[in-house]
Amino acid sequence: MPIQRRAFIAAMGSGAAAGLAGCLGDDSDSDGDGPEISGETLTLTTTTSTEDTGLLNELNAPFEDRYGVTVDAVAQGTGAALKTARDGDSDVVMVHARSLEDEFIEDSYGVNRRDLMFNDFVIVGSPDDPASIAGSEDVNEALNAIAESESTFISRGDNSGTHTKEQALWDDAGRDSDTLGEWYTDIGGGMGDALNRANELGAYTLSDRGTYLSMQGNTDLEIHVQGPVEGGPESLMNPYGIVAVNPAVHDHVNYDLAMAYIGYITGPDGQDIIKNYTVDGEQLFFPEALSEAPNFQQYVPEGWDGGDQ
Amino acid sequence: MPFESSIPFLLEFPFEWTYIRSIIRVSLYVSLVAVSLSTICSLPVALLVGFAEFRGKRLLTSIINTGMGFPSVVVGLVVLFAVSNQGPLGSLDLVFTPEAMIMSQFILAFPVITGVSLAAVSGVEQTVRDAAYAMGGTRLDVALVTIKEARYGIATAVLAGFGRAISEVGSVLIVGGNIAGSDGTSKTRTITTAIQLEARQGRYRTAMILGAILVVLVLLVNAIVVRLGSDDGGYR
Repeated sequence: MPIQRRAFIAAMGSGAAAGLAGCLGDDSDSDGDGPEISGETLTLTTTTSTEDTGLLNELNAPFEDRYGVTVDAVAQGTGAALKTARDGDSDVVMVHARSLEDEFIEDSYGVNRRDLMFNDFVIVGSPDDPASIAGSEDVNEALNAIAESESTFISRGDNSGTHTKEQALWDDAGRDSDTLGEWYTDIGGGMGDALNRANELGAYTLSDRGTYLSMQGNTDLEIHVQGPVEGGPESLMNPYGIVAVNPAVHDHVNYDLAMAYIGYITGPDGQDIIKNYTVDGEQLFFPEALSEAPNFQQYVPEGWDGGDQ
Repeated sequence: MPFESSIPFLLEFPFEWTYIRSIIRVSLYVSLVAVSLSTICSLPVALLVGFAEFRGKRLLTSIINTGMGFPSVVVGLVVLFAVSNQGPLGSLDLVFTPEAMIMSQFILAFPVITGVSLAAVSGVEQTVRDAAYAMGGTRLDVALVTIKEARYGIATAVLAGFGRAISEVGSVLIVGGNIAGSDGTSKTRTITTAIQLEARQGRYRTAMILGAILVVLVLLVNAIVVRLGSDDGGYR
């Protein structure tokens, strides 16, 4: 395994410390024993969903004020965000595709992954619902109904977290998303693009609830299959994680600032902002970092066995 | 839109003026710096190629003309590779900065300004240059006389370069990252990338307003350049 063990453990330790500092919260600017970060710039690569919903600004403004730093947020798809981080062009990534995050960490580019928040995916479509999937509680059945009726389905096709999820769902339904047919339309665009396109074409698409809600006023699309937030199946869960870029691989990244950001965003302040952020009275994201029973597996790839290096 | 409904429309203007001002500022800063640098580099090239007779002149001219239509996203990609931390200029930390955007706009505007200026310079009568030489002018004097004669064409060249730079979206999105701070000030967000963002979110009205602002800006810059170009009251 390419991860240098001591650096990894040290990074995990300081991550836990920064997380703890975030938890203890209020006196973070009163003492001088932390690394000096004021005046510096954090480059955050993230997904379009966090920017398009407006959450990112709400989270970043108090952080910038408190520490006197700047956060440069570059919104890309999950795949592109992780690639930018692999190239050392960002300091921290906030994404939602656990399998890609795990790969990123296993390849030693990321350290200190933490669960951040979740929302869920929903299958939306035009009110006519040509495949009659409305109210379905079984994702496989719904996708198969869309496939059998050959109703137009919009795929992001951009290697984003949502696209990755959608491909996994087609797999689970026993269909290969590469050979679905002409009704399966790959647009290579962001979530908003996909929703607009689905609206124009009267098509179905997989959306995260947050982006769908924030655009609800601009489309006629309706939710046909609910995710777990509204009692739908667990397979539509959409968990977000945040990962610092490993300073042992890219020594120029601003690791201290990245960890301060992770500490803040997974601490009570950041989690409160996430909890209280609403669009038209609807909560878009659900905080997940503060748990009574911490899940230590979140720091490392799923199924990772650190025993024998 | 009927007149009576336009007042509430303006009142519920869908964005902050500080935000608008800062993206306009970034757009203008990046494009104007890039076009100025391109002009400084283009004019000597246009004069040299325009006056000199050498083997391969036609080839060089057609290479410049091809560059005028070079795909901007490719330029964006190449600049991204250059300025990324893995690239040759990685140590300068230019990725996702206005400077990286200036680099890509420079590369886009340079062939346009060179190509159009070259045509303008080539159109200046040989007799004008001969006269300037005959009066004892240095090479610099001759160049200045030629630029003065060709100023309308050169102004057109600069405007064409500016138009390409400010209305370009692909490369600035790739190398700039469309960054705006949480306080609503833009770092690398330009009018075009803001339009792209608004359209992505389905806020077509905001996108249209930004589009109108962009058109007005381009018209304004055109008017200013035309005004500057007509210091003797008109064109020949």
